[in-house]
Amino acid sequence: MEETLTCKNTKLLSEVERRSGTKVSRCFQCHKCSTGCPVAPDMDYMSSQVMRLIILGQEEELLKSKAIWLCASCEACTTRCPMDIDITGVMDVLRMMAIERKVAEPDARSKEFNKAFLTSVRWHGRVFEAGMMAIYKLRSKDFFTDMDKVPKMLSKRKLALWPHFSRVAGEIRKVFKRAEEEEKKR
Amino acid sequence: MKYAFFPGCSLESTAWDLDKSARAVCKALEIELIDIPGWSCCGSTPAHVSNASLATALPAMNLQKAADMGMPITTVCASCYGRLRVANQKINDSDEERERVGRIIGKPYDGKVEVHHLLDVIVNKLGSEAVADKVERKLSGMKVACYYGCLLSRPPEAVAFDNPEHPSVMEKLVAMTGAEAIEWPYKTECCGASLSISNSDVVGRLSHRLLSMVRRAGAECVVVACPLCQVNLDLRQADATAAHGKLPETPILYFTQLLGLALGLPEEELGLEALMVSAAPLLSMV
Repeated sequence: MEETLTCKNTKLLSEVERRSGTKVSRCFQCHKCSTGCPVAPDMDYMSSQVMRLIILGQEEELLKSKAIWLCASCEACTTRCPMDIDITGVMDVLRMMAIERKVAEPDARSKEFNKAFLTSVRWHGRVFEAGMMAIYKLRSKDFFTDMDKVPKMLSKRKLALWPHFSRVAGEIRKVFKRAEEEEKKR
Repeated sequence: MKYAFFPGCSLESTAWDLDKSARAVCKALEIELIDIPGWSCCGSTPAHVSNASLATALPAMNLQKAADMGMPITTVCASCYGRLRVANQKINDSDEERERVGRIIGKPYDGKVEVHHLLDVIVNKLGSEAVADKVERKLSGMKVACYYGCLLSRPPEAVAFDNPEHPSVMEKLVAMTGAEAIEWPYKTECCGASLSISNSDVVGRLSHRLLSMVRRAGAECVVVACPLCQVNLDLRQADATAAHGKLPETPILYFTQLLGLALGLPEEELGLEALMVSAAPLLSMV
């Protein structure tokens, strides 16, 4: 008996297409994105598979995946896609959805890095790397990686010990608050 | 030539040598850089993966200040460059985005300030003849691999000032210095970028892949135009070779350091002592 796979659940596809402003449904699985992806060997789903899972409505599978946290945003996929799909933009949306729905992969350390980076910018208006690293270490509980680099970086003056505050740090805090409110309205 | 200069956060810490050498080179080439007063972070990758409104508003804070200064912006960080250009594109393409940004930053901004990477300014705006007049020391015999990474040419609609898959602007700059730019196939491959801290194992694998190709192609050093490319190839080089196989030590220079040497600027003005993999053995051969 012949069986046709039909996609009944298009909720995920429409949300991703609306929020990323790109037509995921155009994907015809040429795999050009996955072939050029530098982190494909480390991913549980390669970018072309991510596109397919969106079309098939596999929300849980995707939002809990490691792949969305391994994308380095290098834009090779977006640049090369013959169907003009902004794959990097789709990855951004999936990460935001995973955080909003509180289902993100618990070991995703890049999520903690993003959070630590933005906390630093919110406080100082600029990134204060030593402070950001302290926040990252606490959040990720990854205490030992790279600690051997600290003396080397200090001796080369590559790690500032005191934050440079932007003159507009107060304004930046307001920008964060307003951007968060605007984002909810989308 | 006068530009509003957007240094970016890295230039205050891990890339202070890029800051120093960029300012020294611009002074020698009579490109006037005026720091954007009260500049703030562009948001880089963490902003665009977390909040689309923030990812456009943070660069717009700085773009709007440059609009008040009435000057085009130049920057030396590939990520800052990309984020400023992408924000401009989004603001230009959509009234809704422009209005949203205006509400967030509390001031109107029309998306019209020009943004150029300093590499583009030196090679395409100033031009090779103007630079050639000032070259005092030909770096003859030095074999260089030009590494562009991702954000200098991608996404091309917003940022590319060159062929996105096969750029040649840095090779033109290297030719001005008298060094030889070798051809190699990975010049726009990614080093792992902002995964540097959270997934250093991935970055180690990618950096090793790049460095071994640099060596196979016959280059003895790499020239970069991005603080993150530099850190991933230089600071992480020892870990990468320990994990994935021995390679000769490869110095990773900023394009401003290489050009500064050719312009005859003293090494201390170029921050060469900040490199983890020393360039001294290489420079003693030139």
